[in-house]
Amino acid sequence: MDEVFKALADASRRSLLDRLHARNGQTLNELCDGLAMSRQAVTKHLAILEAANLVATHKHGREKLHYLNPVPIHEIGERWIRKFEHGKLAALSTLKRQLEKRDE
Amino acid sequence: MSKPEFVYTTFIKTTPEKLWHALTDRAFTESYWFGCSLTSDWKVGSPMQMTRDGRVMNECVILESDPPRRLCYSWLTVFDEVMKKEQPSRVTFVLEPSQGAVKLTVTHEDFAEGSATLPSISTGWPLVLSSLKSILETGEPLAFEKTVAA
Repeated sequence: MDEVFKALADASRRSLLDRLHARNGQTLNELCDGLAMSRQAVTKHLAILEAANLVATHKHGREKLHYLNPVPIHEIGERWIRKFEHGKLAALSTLKRQLEKRDE
Repeated sequence: MSKPEFVYTTFIKTTPEKLWHALTDRAFTESYWFGCSLTSDWKVGSPMQMTRDGRVMNECVILESDPPRRLCYSWLTVFDEVMKKEQPSRVTFVLEPSQGAVKLTVTHEDFAEGSATLPSISTGWPLVLSSLKSILETGEPLAFEKTVAA
């Protein structure tokens, strides 16, 4: 679990996860596209995310595709959120999203 | 060949044999798969049914079965009229020993264009895999609310 928190404690790595969340199964080239990060830095960040099991890879022909693996994040949630709190928390997130959208 | 829609991995402190049993035993699946039980003889070409409370949720066909290494089945969600009409998707489980644990990789692919099944499955697998890991490592599945479980 330490590895997961360390991997998440970096804005660049979180933005890579965001990109995979928006579109799953991207190659290194696709992930680098439009980012202000060097290819080398992206490779390094992806290795850290993969070691923490937050990114899963899949060989597709000659390409290596990267997938967001939310299983460890789900386990963190399960550790501290009891089942009956799910509904209330979902309601709070919806409320926050709607209120913040109005301010944009 | 289109690329898979989802690839999930989890490391479970168990043996490939126990994990295979957990993925294929009717009573055991029911204990962690949020009330869903899987019934099949797990031979290639055989049907596999996923039922919850006596109701068939998914109708599957075994495409590959190589215990305790690789399992693949087609997946058709039948409890919903729209999903029922879609082409079946395909799910593959790969079990690999890894430093005293087993690395389980679940790949789900071949969804229909604009599939209604796809969004419902994307939230389901992380739940099922976390619960599977929990029951094999601690003996306890994860608690759940029926309304959120896939």
